[in-house]
Amino acid sequence: MSLIIADKTFNSRLFLGTGKFSSNKIMEEAVLASGTELVTVALKRVDLKKENDDLLKHLKHPSINILPNTSGVRTAEEAVFAAQLAREALETNWLKLEIHPDPKYLMPDPFETLKAAEKLVKLGFVVLPYIHADPVLAKSLEDAGVAAVMPLGSPIGSNKGLKAKDFISIIIEQSNVPVVVDAGIGAPSHAAEALEMGADAVLVNTSVAVASDPVSAAKAYKMAVIAGRLAFEAGLARESDTAEPSSPLTKFLSEE
Amino acid sequence: MFLDVLEKYDWNKIKQDIYSKTEKDVLLALNKPKRDLEDFKTLVSPAAFPYLEQMAKLSNKLTQKRFGKIIQLFIPLYLSNYCVNECVYCGFNCHNDIERIILDEEQILNEVEAIKSYGFEHILLVTGEAPSIAGMEYFERVIKLIKPYFALISMEVQPLEASEYIKLKKLGLNTVYIYQETYNKESYKKFHGKTKKSDFAYRLHTPDRLGKAEMHRIGIANLLGLEDWRTDAFFTALHLKYLEKKYWKSKCSISFPRLRPHKGSFKPEFSISDAELVQLITAYRIFDEEVELSISVRESRKFRDNVVKLGITSMSAGSKTKPGAYALNYNALEQFEVFDDRTPSEVVDMIKSKGYEPVWKDWGYYMQL
Repeated sequence: MSLIIADKTFNSRLFLGTGKFSSNKIMEEAVLASGTELVTVALKRVDLKKENDDLLKHLKHPSINILPNTSGVRTAEEAVFAAQLAREALETNWLKLEIHPDPKYLMPDPFETLKAAEKLVKLGFVVLPYIHADPVLAKSLEDAGVAAVMPLGSPIGSNKGLKAKDFISIIIEQSNVPVVVDAGIGAPSHAAEALEMGADAVLVNTSVAVASDPVSAAKAYKMAVIAGRLAFEAGLARESDTAEPSSPLTKFLSEE
Repeated sequence: MFLDVLEKYDWNKIKQDIYSKTEKDVLLALNKPKRDLEDFKTLVSPAAFPYLEQMAKLSNKLTQKRFGKIIQLFIPLYLSNYCVNECVYCGFNCHNDIERIILDEEQILNEVEAIKSYGFEHILLVTGEAPSIAGMEYFERVIKLIKPYFALISMEVQPLEASEYIKLKKLGLNTVYIYQETYNKESYKKFHGKTKKSDFAYRLHTPDRLGKAEMHRIGIANLLGLEDWRTDAFFTALHLKYLEKKYWKSKCSISFPRLRPHKGSFKPEFSISDAELVQLITAYRIFDEEVELSISVRESRKFRDNVVKLGITSMSAGSKTKPGAYALNYNALEQFEVFDDRTPSEVVDMIKSKGYEPVWKDWGYYMQL
């Protein structure tokens, strides 16, 4: 079953980031090998004035949609300003909303993110906010009209996997919009785990970009995401903490 | 303010700590998931020196994880070499008999044109300290003038007030570099005579003022050559941690200004070898995975080529340290002698040959209001 976010249908549930690669050419090869249909691009990295920005040039493929992100801004006001310029220059109203006033751990600011999301939705953007795995915030953003929520698995770039698993599973359970696990995914098994849990997609960057062979890493993620989703749809038997009693405790009800 | 923190530490005691670290301390520090200031002492200690290759490998891994396989590029634009200070180690020293220049708007635009032809988007504005000639009014004018041409504007000038930093930030300033030169109060006095710069505390509190102004990035450093580098590095690291924790919205950057030959007669009393500088760079990275580490053209080609993989995240290229030198394309007297005099495109080719992406642009006027 394919994934629908706003007006777009995705066959791949793997989204990729485009930073940190050793060259734009290798980035392009990894993107194509991953089968992804949505890649995020940092607005600060691209030249909005130039028509032939080198990074964007490498992403011009019919299957690839661009998701500009606001990484680097510290306030809602700055995010809205950057988003409007991006919409004009890149001709897309899709936006990955990232507001992290903390440049060290790049922790998303919940207050400013909600404020910006409300504004951007009103301005007609398809907003995908990057957030902490905070179920209340996810619901508030859903109420504000975002197209999906993107909770972090772990601190960005940490490769630590789904440290926020318990909270992500609450978000998945409660959400009426797609849930994309973003940040912290450091191995294909982490991606598979997120999909098995019922996440609608994952976004990966560092783990692919910094791998010795980014193209093979991209392929591994492609397979992991397919496997994870298939497992979710198959309805795997849940693991259980308690042993099943061998003689049923309610057998007496059917006894004469 | 940072002086209160600094005064809790005794220079000689710290130095003694560093020099008495053992191999056991080194192994412990290298194998921890996160390192504290005590570990930093170990990492810069003589005991860690035999572990340089291991430190380099770890630094390489940690840097790639955080920053990726990229190197950011910037170029300094020297606006003025007027200076009221008499820093014995600097070519701009007011007693040095050099031609003094301050660029006017037309000259600046000529420089900008030359710089832009190389491809730069990140620019560093530099002046000596002469507020009556190159002061706030001049800085405001220059930033307004060059803003349309650059994605990121940095500055390395005399210390300013927080309110002045706020003003310049609103005009588009992103980063301020301010080096304490040395954290040893007595040595600081010795090197800075009776000039304006001799106020140790005022200079020391510049990053505090920058933090209060919520400057996007604050660059700090100690000069390598004024004091025992290991001990000075500890205090720089202490300053770094203080800033990161207190002014959490500002990014921090560390530079490695190693004293080079210049006009004047100063011979550094404390030297640092190439291998020791590698130890220092990798020690910072292992200690702080998120801090930006920057290297200038003061260093040799060979050294710069090889530190691309060792933890450095940004470098200057094609720098000329005499005001007006880009447009006129001359290389005469400078603040310090440039060691790596390759053109920007040669540096770009070198970075690519190392398997790294040279990044010209990592900011934009639309990123800060």
